[in-house]
Amino acid sequence: MLVLLGIGVVVLGFALRANPLVVVMAAALTTGLAAAWTPDADLQMMYDAALATIAAFGKAFNDSRYVSIVWVVLAAIGLLERAGLQERARIAIANVKAATTGRLLWLYFVIRQAAAALGLTSLGGHAQMVRPLVAPMAEGAAESKYGALPDRERYLIRAHAASADNIALFFGEDIFIAIASILLIKGFLEQNGIIVEPLQLSIWAIPTAIAALLIHSLRLWLLDRRLKRVLEAKPAQSEVAP
Amino acid sequence: MITLPHIYIVGGLFFAALAILSALDQANARRLRNAAFWGLLALSFLLGDRIGDFGNGLLALGLVVLAAFGLGIGKPKTTTPEERRASAERRGNLLFLPALIIPAAALIGTLAAKETEWGAALIQPTQATLISLALGVLIAVAVVMLWLRPPLLAPLQEGRRLMDSVGWAAILPQMLASLGAVFLAAGVGEQVGTIFSQYVPGLETSRTIAVIAYCVGMALFTIIMGNAFAAFPVMTAAVGLPFVVVALGGDPARVCAIGMLAGFCGTLMTPMAANFNVVPANLLELPDRKAALNGVIRAQIPTAIPLLIANIILMRFLAFP
Repeated sequence: MLVLLGIGVVVLGFALRANPLVVVMAAALTTGLAAAWTPDADLQMMYDAALATIAAFGKAFNDSRYVSIVWVVLAAIGLLERAGLQERARIAIANVKAATTGRLLWLYFVIRQAAAALGLTSLGGHAQMVRPLVAPMAEGAAESKYGALPDRERYLIRAHAASADNIALFFGEDIFIAIASILLIKGFLEQNGIIVEPLQLSIWAIPTAIAALLIHSLRLWLLDRRLKRVLEAKPAQSEVAP
Repeated sequence: MITLPHIYIVGGLFFAALAILSALDQANARRLRNAAFWGLLALSFLLGDRIGDFGNGLLALGLVVLAAFGLGIGKPKTTTPEERRASAERRGNLLFLPALIIPAAALIGTLAAKETEWGAALIQPTQATLISLALGVLIAVAVVMLWLRPPLLAPLQEGRRLMDSVGWAAILPQMLASLGAVFLAAGVGEQVGTIFSQYVPGLETSRTIAVIAYCVGMALFTIIMGNAFAAFPVMTAAVGLPFVVVALGGDPARVCAIGMLAGFCGTLMTPMAANFNVVPANLLELPDRKAALNGVIRAQIPTAIPLLIANIILMRFLAFP
């Protein structure tokens, strides 16, 4: 049971908001020491166990290098960004005149999920797309329909803009064969003597991606209905006039 | 034949270039720390197989120490927003094409190496996807260089610009994979598995119960760990492999693929997943951004729970061919 202490270190580390890399290393050392600990262990034995844990971690780190090879992609993506790839994506989205908050977020969701499925995970993101573009556009869509927004609804729309980005990313990216999570699964199975190819894994991410699209489409439709119900309670002056 | 070690050389040279360019970047006050970080990573890719397990462990420890002190963000020369907008308007949707070369190459290369003789002769079939991906990147970079004629160092400088914005988080997945291996060796998965088999009746005999235990366990463990990558090796060793796959006949690729996605449902519900659920709440200036269940998480829970149920149903019906 003592080996479960490593999990406690992870929980504690994240609760204290320590640097995650430090937390991971501390959890690995704790686990290695806990596994070696016996009532009559002395300092020398624990020292040896610490060295053995560092070596075990190093071996796994070296065997897992392929997880980090995907970063070379950034050389190509950065080059395209330099030529205006993000701006082109913004133009492509802005040209679609969606009438409602829900439909606009839905459109972003679909584009984000499709792009992530093609491996273009850096085509969105909270800092690059949601704050400067998606959230203001979603708020603007509601404002043009219902006038000035109460704070409650404004924050609700913003939260939905952020969540659309997350959900579309999570349940799109695993369709792409070279994403870190697919490689992690591949590596894990390999350590257990099961050889699979990334493509065999990514295919089975498709049903969940469709389920996520269906469920979140319903959520965004409900968001539109809710905004309509709450905000139409105070009818716009222009519509009351004959 | 192109094999994974060749691709590691490409990666090693890429990170080595980042290290050199970082060291020369006067605009970055922490340029030597950045140079050391990317330099160590380059060393890992180029010489990882020669420095021994303990050497690699010290190398990982060095990366952790550098990250703990904090990396800086370099300022490589790049285009201005105005130049980018002008370029985006001039080039139109053609700009998306080079980006599509990368996934297309990964897909075509994988299929070719598996299904054709010339493909298998060119690309090591057991690592086809990664090798094809890296080749796709080289092709895409070559196409853009010939098409747009940017400065010769542009791909490396632009790569550095993006790498610096990712920072130390770039190696977090690899570190979590290594932690998973240490957990595995220490028997953490077995311990969790023992707890599960003690408290979950029917785990060894009912496919439905085993699938529910694995998927819900993945989500709960991800909520605690803040990251499905950390939860995956433990829960899969504890429940996924021994019960769903070995005892009850699930297909490992399908079980693991859907199991990871069940974990992602947990990521949507936890403030521990700071970069997804706390950072955007800060960016969007939500009033409840410091709360455990801030607006972003509350907006996600009603999608996450039905999706977790959907994953359970999908795994139950798809994973036992």
